[in-house]
Amino acid sequence: MSLLRRAVSARMVLCDGTVFRGQAFGAPALCSGEVVFNTSMTGYQEICTDPSYAGQIVTMTYTQIGNVGVNPDDEESRGLFLEGFVVKELFRETSNWRSRGSLDAALETAGVPGIEGIDTRALVRRIRSGGAQIGVISTDPDLQDESELVDRARAAPGLDGVDWVDRVTCREPYRFREGTWPGIAGQVPRGAKPGVPLKVVVYDFGVKRNILRQLVDHGFDVTVVPATTPAAEALALAPDAIFLSNGPGDPAAVDGVRENVRELAAKLPLFGICLGHQILGLALGGKTQKMKFGHHGGNQPGQDLATKKVAICAENHGYAVDAESLRAAGEAVEVTHCNLNEGTVEGLAHAARPLFSVQYHPEASPGPHDASYLFGRFRNMVERVVAGEAVSGAQVARGE
Amino acid sequence: MPRRDDIETIFVIGSGPIVIGQACEFDYSGTQACKALREEGYRVVLLNSNPATIMTDPETADRTYIEPMTLETVEKILIEEKPDALLPTIGGQTALNLAVELAEAGILERYGVELIGANLEAIRKAEDRNEFRKAMERIGLRVPASGVAETVEEARAIVASTGIPAIIRPSFTLGGTGGSVCWRDEDFDELVAWALQQSPQHQCLIEQSLIGWKEYELEVMRDKADNVVIVCPIENFDAMGVHTGDSITVAPAQTLSDREYQEMRDAAIAIMREIGVDTGGSNVQFGVDPVDGTLVVIEMNPRVSRSSALASKATGFPIAKIAAKLAVGYTLDEVRNDITRETPASFEPSIDYVVTKIPRFTFEKFPSADTELTTQMKSVGEVMAIGRTFKESLQKAIRSLEIGHAGLEAPSLPRTPEGDAQLFESIDTPRPGRLWALVEALRRGFSVDELHRRSHIDRWFLRNLRDLAEAEVEIASTPEVSRDAILLEAKRWGFSDQRLGQLWGETEDAVRARRHAAGIRPVYKRVVTCAAEFEAFTPYLYSTYETECEAEPTDRRKIMILGGGPNRIGQGIEFDYCCVHAVFALREAGFETIMVNCNPETVSTDYDTSDRLYFEPLTLEDVLEIVHVEKPEGVIVQLGGQTPLKLAVALERAGVPIIGTPPDAIDRAEDRERFDAMLESLALRRPPGAVARSPEEAEAVAARIGYPVLLRPSYVLGGRAMQIVHGVADLRDYMRFAVKASPEHPVLVDRFLADATEVDVDALCDGTRVVIGGIMEHIEQAGVHSGDSACSLPPYSLGPEVIEEILVATRRMALELGVIGLMNVQYAVKEGELYVIEVNPRASRTVPFVSKAIGKPLAKLAALVMAGKSLDELGFCEEIVPEYFSVKEAVFPFVKFPGVDTLLGPEMKSTGEVMGIDSDFGRAFAKAQIQAGNPLPESGCVLVSTRQSDRPGLAEAVGRLVGEGFRVMATPGTADSLEAAGIEVEVVNRVRDGSPHTVDAIASGRVDLVINTVDHDPESVKASFEIRRVALQRGVPYCTTLAAAQASAAAIVAQRRRSIGVRSLQEIHAGVSGS
Repeated sequence: MSLLRRAVSARMVLCDGTVFRGQAFGAPALCSGEVVFNTSMTGYQEICTDPSYAGQIVTMTYTQIGNVGVNPDDEESRGLFLEGFVVKELFRETSNWRSRGSLDAALETAGVPGIEGIDTRALVRRIRSGGAQIGVISTDPDLQDESELVDRARAAPGLDGVDWVDRVTCREPYRFREGTWPGIAGQVPRGAKPGVPLKVVVYDFGVKRNILRQLVDHGFDVTVVPATTPAAEALALAPDAIFLSNGPGDPAAVDGVRENVRELAAKLPLFGICLGHQILGLALGGKTQKMKFGHHGGNQPGQDLATKKVAICAENHGYAVDAESLRAAGEAVEVTHCNLNEGTVEGLAHAARPLFSVQYHPEASPGPHDASYLFGRFRNMVERVVAGEAVSGAQVARGE
Repeated sequence: MPRRDDIETIFVIGSGPIVIGQACEFDYSGTQACKALREEGYRVVLLNSNPATIMTDPETADRTYIEPMTLETVEKILIEEKPDALLPTIGGQTALNLAVELAEAGILERYGVELIGANLEAIRKAEDRNEFRKAMERIGLRVPASGVAETVEEARAIVASTGIPAIIRPSFTLGGTGGSVCWRDEDFDELVAWALQQSPQHQCLIEQSLIGWKEYELEVMRDKADNVVIVCPIENFDAMGVHTGDSITVAPAQTLSDREYQEMRDAAIAIMREIGVDTGGSNVQFGVDPVDGTLVVIEMNPRVSRSSALASKATGFPIAKIAAKLAVGYTLDEVRNDITRETPASFEPSIDYVVTKIPRFTFEKFPSADTELTTQMKSVGEVMAIGRTFKESLQKAIRSLEIGHAGLEAPSLPRTPEGDAQLFESIDTPRPGRLWALVEALRRGFSVDELHRRSHIDRWFLRNLRDLAEAEVEIASTPEVSRDAILLEAKRWGFSDQRLGQLWGETEDAVRARRHAAGIRPVYKRVVTCAAEFEAFTPYLYSTYETECEAEPTDRRKIMILGGGPNRIGQGIEFDYCCVHAVFALREAGFETIMVNCNPETVSTDYDTSDRLYFEPLTLEDVLEIVHVEKPEGVIVQLGGQTPLKLAVALERAGVPIIGTPPDAIDRAEDRERFDAMLESLALRRPPGAVARSPEEAEAVAARIGYPVLLRPSYVLGGRAMQIVHGVADLRDYMRFAVKASPEHPVLVDRFLADATEVDVDALCDGTRVVIGGIMEHIEQAGVHSGDSACSLPPYSLGPEVIEEILVATRRMALELGVIGLMNVQYAVKEGELYVIEVNPRASRTVPFVSKAIGKPLAKLAALVMAGKSLDELGFCEEIVPEYFSVKEAVFPFVKFPGVDTLLGPEMKSTGEVMGIDSDFGRAFAKAQIQAGNPLPESGCVLVSTRQSDRPGLAEAVGRLVGEGFRVMATPGTADSLEAAGIEVEVVNRVRDGSPHTVDAIASGRVDLVINTVDHDPESVKASFEIRRVALQRGVPYCTTLAAAQASAAAIVAQRRRSIGVRSLQEIHAGVSGS
């Protein structure tokens, strides 16, 4: 690595005209997207492979990225769906026994441009004070004219009103059988897997694999279906439960899912995470709203309002469900979790039906495992429904 | 859950004197905890024997006891103060151990005192090696294969299965005292015996060696509702095998994938629950196999630790403060994050920078100590630096260390196979300078893989070093015309102006001028706990070379205080105490205060001590840049010890407004010729002597004034390289060593005043009035460094004429020098004559001691004087001479350095101090001895062996002991003189006369007190070395000077007359009589 050769070779601009000059990595390309920042200090590979980042340029607040390389076990989906990646300093040589390649190469292969060497903290502060905005990264040596790049940023569509799910969901249904990472010698021993398999159909809005792995660990026979799969087709698979996955973008813009979800929610126990939580909210007649710059990180305090216990949670969302709108729609939903930093609604449960959902990511990956108990709660709810009990999501949330 | 209302008074135990493994981080944590508890309306009663702390300021607690930290005194305090609860988790291992003793002795139960924070069972589970292992097994976690032994035989049986190399860890000791790595079968028995002896429980763990594994620490907080957060993961740069206190450490962890980190996090949480730490902070250490990630638990501390202080400073999350709040019933979600104001403490900090800690060693003080770094901590301090990248943060930490490195300079080893071999030796075996050796090896083209194989340091760190080594080569080869182009990037990589100057053959000033001309200056970023996700309200700043500056200086009237940097022998917590006092006083006086320091253990680097905190190296470059941004109306350099003082002249030259004593006065006191001229004009006497600029000159001076002579380089603190020599051969040896030690400054040669009484004076001067803070008479005679000598305030033997003379001399010198602020003078009194030894126009090590002895905050007053107040306005016009005695005693790290002589001399060796206060000198001295860990016996046998010249005064002291029923054992010569004085003596052989001799007698446990003085010539010192060493090992109190023997005799007499009582500082200062 040479000091002199570290000449400026990449630009990042925001539509407010801010320009950052840095060095390129990943693919030589031009990208635009909503610029967000993630405060996780570990787990960049999981972040890069999380389909929820489709349409977004992700800035890591932690500065030393790439250190442990990438490996097949930490992939959260079949590819990289983010638009661009921003770091303070990228490490191309890796050091970890699990590493099978570098992040740089992975981004390059996926055609994703990256920029390093910029004042990422200044960028984060701009987003924090000004809200999420569209940015452009160019690592293409022929496209470095800054005013032209700003024009491009201003012309680029935002996330609002765009159906990003359509771009990331699977095309065909498939079964998923892999459990969570077996881990390392000396870790806290894992609980035993429940014996009787229960069948769950997962609506893939951009699902993270660790959700699927957690479901497998909790004794579910998992079938993943495309986002717009009609309810009748899902029901034809004779599932015991429905799961609504995480995913990218504006929940209100996702086409052809609300009706299906409404129908399924009337018939089967259901659990939703992140976009799945928002879509459930919409299906029940509620509204969602865009947040200033969202929550993206692995250190968010999520309080379970029933137990008052605080789980340190992974979160990744730029939209939130308006709990009031649900009540106005006449649905008996209860808020089960909230984010203690800003008081945003993080979990909902239905008072009459076996439905619940959370805004954050109990599957972690990356992030703490504190909230993984929710998969156990889901399993418990489904078991009870299968056994003929008329249990509601709210009852389960209260530990009843 | 709200605060507990069923408790009113909380008893807090501090950590006692500064020792290796337990430094001022516990002043930081203790002060935070006391503040937090009082904020909640509790009455706080504090016990801590260390006067040099903010914690023991009378304002910090409601009742402050600077008393021996023993069961007896605690019981008396409990009777007096009737606390409801005891918080044992913020005073280090000392407090935890004392709490365990109190609980086990039934004392807590007897007085209805509840342990809060950690219960007895949890402490035992965490601290008892066997219990801990069982607990880990219960939750399915791994610990290294090991066994607990209480005898050498048991240990041998264990090591047969765990194998050599073996790690030997004594139970219940701090900083791994007594611990070691055994590499060879033949060393095993001795190392185990040492470990067993060091453990208060006579128990140690023989453990499978995980040398070469990666090491991590997690700082964990838990509340009573079982919410748990990890404050910060810390990764050690040095692999397992080096004590974490001696390792370079980095936050956050760098080489763990999220999956691995989360498993470690889950394990830490499971451990908290299993051990049952009710509330508060703990620290869990893990080893990780670099080959397959295998996770092994090394240990956990159920208390706030050195690492918690580091994690607090690294993240902005105040662990001790929050631990205190959790201990009284709050849950994490109920405690607010001070920095963001809006968000709760129930979150995990995210940081957007890299923190590097490097330990500071002082092996130069202990030339015979083994410098190899093992499982027993040997460093005396540390620095922390914050940079946006590891490279920047590492380089900032290096220059913070103040060990003469501006960066990663090449060690002077020839580029030959022999030179390479030496280089590899210093890489294979961890020692303090390994970092520089690694970079040099990389510079020489050795591969990262090879260095990894040798050092086991993770390749990620080594590649960063390689990049820095390559960058140095590139910088050095950059021609002048291209230098500006490379400068910004070089600064981003953390290169100091001085290092760039070295690489370019330019002066530091020239590089700085070039940089400023190119418009390249640092920006300041904030430490905010949340990686900028939320707005922050605390100006806790660090520099970096980026685009956006968040300093946002105000236009208030502001004063900047330069701190003391890393703790070392000779410059420690006392100076931080002074800086903190200045901040408090100036804040109160309406100034905005700006603190600059790089020592994470301190109160001064707490984000709410000053208005604005710059966590930065204390170098000229870094200070000038802060001054440029802040533009303070005054900068204070005289409170932080030598560190800021040595910047004074350069800062002033650069136009920085230094307030207080002008730098020229400092030079006048330091420059020997100017100083002599001043003394002459004031008609004051000093020991004859002169400045020598070459070995020949030194010889000539010595010949003229006569031996013995005291030699020292100018501009040193803590008696660095100070030595008394008795002849020309020794002088020549010294000159070779000293000139190397201090190349830029000449050597002072003074006639050594043998057997003189030394006196220390601290005084305040506002330019027109001089007020004495305190006169301290040393117990040990001149020749023992003032920092190592016990002393008494007021003097216990000086006559009124001498004292008057001291007052006059002090006043004259302060006024003549134009001191504004504090001044310290050292005098020697010999045969009624007063000699000036040295004058330091700055805060001294004794300021906190004096302040506590007289009940006046000298450093606060000094700061206000520097800000323009007169002593009249401050109401401090007259010396306060207390009616009680305060004795300061030094505490030494000898137990950490097997093989090092404990004899005191002009080179300072103590790490800390304690204070004994009582109505008479003897009892105050006795208390100080108890606090220093050398409680004097009340009966038994005293072994006496002294040099000829001490014998006339000896009989009186020994006679007093005999009068108290002591038996006397003496070596032949000493015995003769005692018998001549009518004292009955059992004669014992000198070591050289063969067994049974003095060492056998001590080793067999027959001796309760040793009085052993020797002439300071090498033979005598060598002949008596074993006596001192065995006394140290057996824990037998020993006096190495006649004066100490006399004081000890007085103390023993006083102690036998009346048992030790306790009195709070508040009561003492209020002038309440009786105890």
